[in-house]
Amino acid sequence: MKAFTYARAKSAAEAAAAVAQTPGAKFLAGGTNLLDLMKLQIETPTHLVDVQDLGFDKIEATPEGGLRIGALVRNTALASDPRVRRDYGVLTRAIVAGASGQLRNKATTAGNLLQRTRCPYFYDTNQPCNKRQPGSGCAAIGGYSRQLGVVGTSDACIATYPGDMAVAMRVLDAQVETVDPAGARRSIPIADFHRLWGDTPQVETNLKRGELITAVTLPRPLGGKHIYQKVRDRASYAFALVSVAAVIQPDGSGRVAFGGVAPKPWRVETAEAAMPQGAKAVTTQVFAVARPTNDNRFKLLLAERTLAAVIAEARA
Amino acid sequence: MRFDTPAGTNPIDQLKVVGRATSRIDGKFKTTGTAPYAYERHDVVPNQAYGFVVGAAIAKGRISAMNVEDAKAAPGVLAVVSTLDYAKPLPLGKMNIAHLFGGADVAHYHQAIAVVIAETFEQARAAASLIRTDYARSPGKFDLAREAADAPIAPASDKTKLPIDKVGDFAGAFAAAPVKLDQTYMTPDESHAMMEPHASIAAWDGDKLTVWTSNQMIHWSKGSLATTLSIPEEKVRVDSPYIGGGFGGKLFIRSDVVLAALGAKAARRPVKIALTRPLMMNNTTHRPATIQHIRMGATRDGRLTAIAHSSTSGNLPDGKPETAVEQTKLLYAAANRETYMKLATLDLPEGNAMRAPGEAPGLMVLEMAMDEMAEKLGVDPVEFRILNDTQVDPEKPGRPFSQRHLVECLRTGAEKFGWSKRHATPGRVREGRYLIGMGMAAGIRNNQLTKSAARIKLERDGRLTVETDMTDIGTGTYTILAQTAAEMMGVPLDRIDVKLGDSDFPASSGSGGQWGANNSTAGLYAACVKLRAAVARQLGFIEADVQFADGKVTAGGRSVDLRDAARGGPIVAEDGIEYGTLDKQYQQSTFAGHFVEVAVDGYTGETRIRRMLAVCDAGRILNPKTARSQVIGAMTMGAGAALVEELAVDKRFGFFVNHDLASYEVPVHADIPHQEVIFLDYPDDKSSPMKAKGVGELGLCGVGAAIANAIYNATGVRVRDYPITLDKYLEKLPEMS
Repeated sequence: MKAFTYARAKSAAEAAAAVAQTPGAKFLAGGTNLLDLMKLQIETPTHLVDVQDLGFDKIEATPEGGLRIGALVRNTALASDPRVRRDYGVLTRAIVAGASGQLRNKATTAGNLLQRTRCPYFYDTNQPCNKRQPGSGCAAIGGYSRQLGVVGTSDACIATYPGDMAVAMRVLDAQVETVDPAGARRSIPIADFHRLWGDTPQVETNLKRGELITAVTLPRPLGGKHIYQKVRDRASYAFALVSVAAVIQPDGSGRVAFGGVAPKPWRVETAEAAMPQGAKAVTTQVFAVARPTNDNRFKLLLAERTLAAVIAEARA
Repeated sequence: MRFDTPAGTNPIDQLKVVGRATSRIDGKFKTTGTAPYAYERHDVVPNQAYGFVVGAAIAKGRISAMNVEDAKAAPGVLAVVSTLDYAKPLPLGKMNIAHLFGGADVAHYHQAIAVVIAETFEQARAAASLIRTDYARSPGKFDLAREAADAPIAPASDKTKLPIDKVGDFAGAFAAAPVKLDQTYMTPDESHAMMEPHASIAAWDGDKLTVWTSNQMIHWSKGSLATTLSIPEEKVRVDSPYIGGGFGGKLFIRSDVVLAALGAKAARRPVKIALTRPLMMNNTTHRPATIQHIRMGATRDGRLTAIAHSSTSGNLPDGKPETAVEQTKLLYAAANRETYMKLATLDLPEGNAMRAPGEAPGLMVLEMAMDEMAEKLGVDPVEFRILNDTQVDPEKPGRPFSQRHLVECLRTGAEKFGWSKRHATPGRVREGRYLIGMGMAAGIRNNQLTKSAARIKLERDGRLTVETDMTDIGTGTYTILAQTAAEMMGVPLDRIDVKLGDSDFPASSGSGGQWGANNSTAGLYAACVKLRAAVARQLGFIEADVQFADGKVTAGGRSVDLRDAARGGPIVAEDGIEYGTLDKQYQQSTFAGHFVEVAVDGYTGETRIRRMLAVCDAGRILNPKTARSQVIGAMTMGAGAALVEELAVDKRFGFFVNHDLASYEVPVHADIPHQEVIFLDYPDDKSSPMKAKGVGELGLCGVGAAIANAIYNATGVRVRDYPITLDKYLEKLPEMS
């Protein structure tokens, strides 16, 4: 860990300005990912702006009939909120499938969206990694890649976005609300929030420098059956090999997004028309552009079979 | 005390304290945070500074330059010790293969190349990142499968045997056998992954060195540290009273203790060091991967006539093979046999002992092969093993087992587990989306006899203090030693104080190879026999048969309070156990029957264990509670080995990639279901006066194969490449919808 300075922001505008104006500055919320990465010297911020005093810790109904989730709402609070459990079950299920109770008590909604990949080469500072050290190369390509991405990857990076919560938010068409250093607010569709790696895997989201997440909004409830199935080697406390977030209606139509396979929650809306025809019809389209490695080719079949399980559960 | 004839009746047989389920006497210290582990011993010496170890960034080559000036100038830094400060590597300690420090050559990834000493841990860590090292890489060998074909045959671990251990005519019998199996299997590199990292505090007092560390074998490590540092052994003291797990990873000294000593000398301050988790995987030792080949021939009625087992593993030059064929020499009868090991040179980190070394991967394979053979024969797997039981060493039929109740383990296990409900045809039992299967395996692990000494003191107040350099690695040693002393001296458990892990105490067996419990208690037994004689003498008893019970010493109608013996001052007795040839005359082993039920998700292939049962035959069980803890812990480790654990090798750069506990997955609570353990509890009079044997590794022996066999029974898919992760069988699962 490199020495750094630390300040607690009093307002969102102040926080955003501080990060924008200070080279090497970062926001700190729950710290469950950032502090670990700092200890390993993967992240080396020179200044941390702690946003925990800014409020943003409420879940409120929106005029449109949805929910507005404050950026600092803890994962545990979000998963256990009665409205979320009733109307957005896929989100509750996704959150409790991730991390551990202790981490979920500390981790925040915004921080969860921003958690970084778990690629083992990203975690070893002796190895080349375009994400950690742009231009140094990618040790994962041609290396141990069982956990890594099968679709949406690039020649510069084959890492995945590792989270669960965002996969559910993707299927719910959430919006990420932000404020920038100039005080301007905008709302980013979750589909556009995370980026594909391309040639710049170090740039993981479309947030601008200093732009601070203030909330995530969910549209009106979709009804239907909400299912999140996460497949992993052990029963708990592991990142997904493949996960499936789905909302399925009684007529068999529905929405589906996949986790553990791509740089972002992976959803191909045009493929959803095939939901009534079964899993294979959907995944054939969802993964049409897949580029798996020999180590992780199994994820394609696993995604299909997991979706089949989800569809069967929805029908039951 | 020399133990060279079978034990007769002795005070331990009273079983007033020994043999009773007793909670760990150190348990309250562990659960209240008052059992300090090595890194937490803030009070043993003042002014402790912090060290941070830097590991090499390449797997093989040479350091061409290292710049430590920026690190030396960083805030709080007291000293930097570089491997280039030494012209050549420091001498190897006992059983070390890889050099721990010194010289410019890099032999494996994360070899220690520098240590930074600073006022705080954070300063040391930050400064460590300022060290700049240039390397000249050399090509290395990292791929066991590629090197296996040309690997030479390794010397036998028993030096009296030829490298290829042959009995009868294997080739002829195998060719003639009507039912045959010929299969190749693989097991991966595994990490000990114990909770407490390697950690040490070192302090110099002139030319005397004291280390407070975490180590299983105090006497070995005292000598090794002296050798490595080139100082006289009597100048070294090692202290390790509490150990947060070792599993063989702490049998020998590692870089933490060496660099704490060197750092303390350079900084002129006591220094504490803990290895980081990534360094544990690549800087220290691991269980080597194996490629194993098994051939079996049997008569149509299921009697094995021929068995051959070979295992290929890799290691650094001068390393040893993973002895994965040893159990095959002993477990089943067959007149024609052949076993050997091959050893490839690999430039990966050092392979060395991990819990049940050899047997764990060997039985994962042998007992899967036995399951396959039973199916070929159309014989129930339990009955197949019973049919091929032997009561003598199959290689030396004149040499019986001291005891062998494997058949009872299997029969008891089958009955208690409900084995008769297993469907013999795989893939036939469904519960909703889950494919259900049962599997079993036999286990064997040898009982090793090794000398062990202890001291016991009767204090003026009637309390008894036990001192030995024996270690408690979470096993319950404190408790069973206290039970032994209480039984021998006829006092309640709470009158015994046990002090362990200090090299100033008499040298014990240490903890490893499941030899700790039997040998260390036998050593204390010997000391207690001596103390009883001294007490009797002090109290004026001349009778041959003096009773020690209820705090009193009684003979010839006279009864005296034990305390009275120490009125004039404490009485101290020191002795140890040494063994004759009973382990040569008799094969001494422990046995288990493992039974497992799994549910495999028919859609996703995820395997979750539903039930586990182990029936253990391991001599007298000194403390059923701590023994059970040992066995269920080992069963959990076996679940990890079967289902998730694998150090993933980067075959280009030569290192274990998944070097943390997020990516090297071990079982979590949710993976472990109801576990049941049954002990047969037959005292073995050829083992020691305690009539006990080891149990801590037995629980791991065979359990992985039982899980694998259950997965086969559930799915009908045989995976011969551990760990059995879903990617290896997903495409062969039946269609679900």
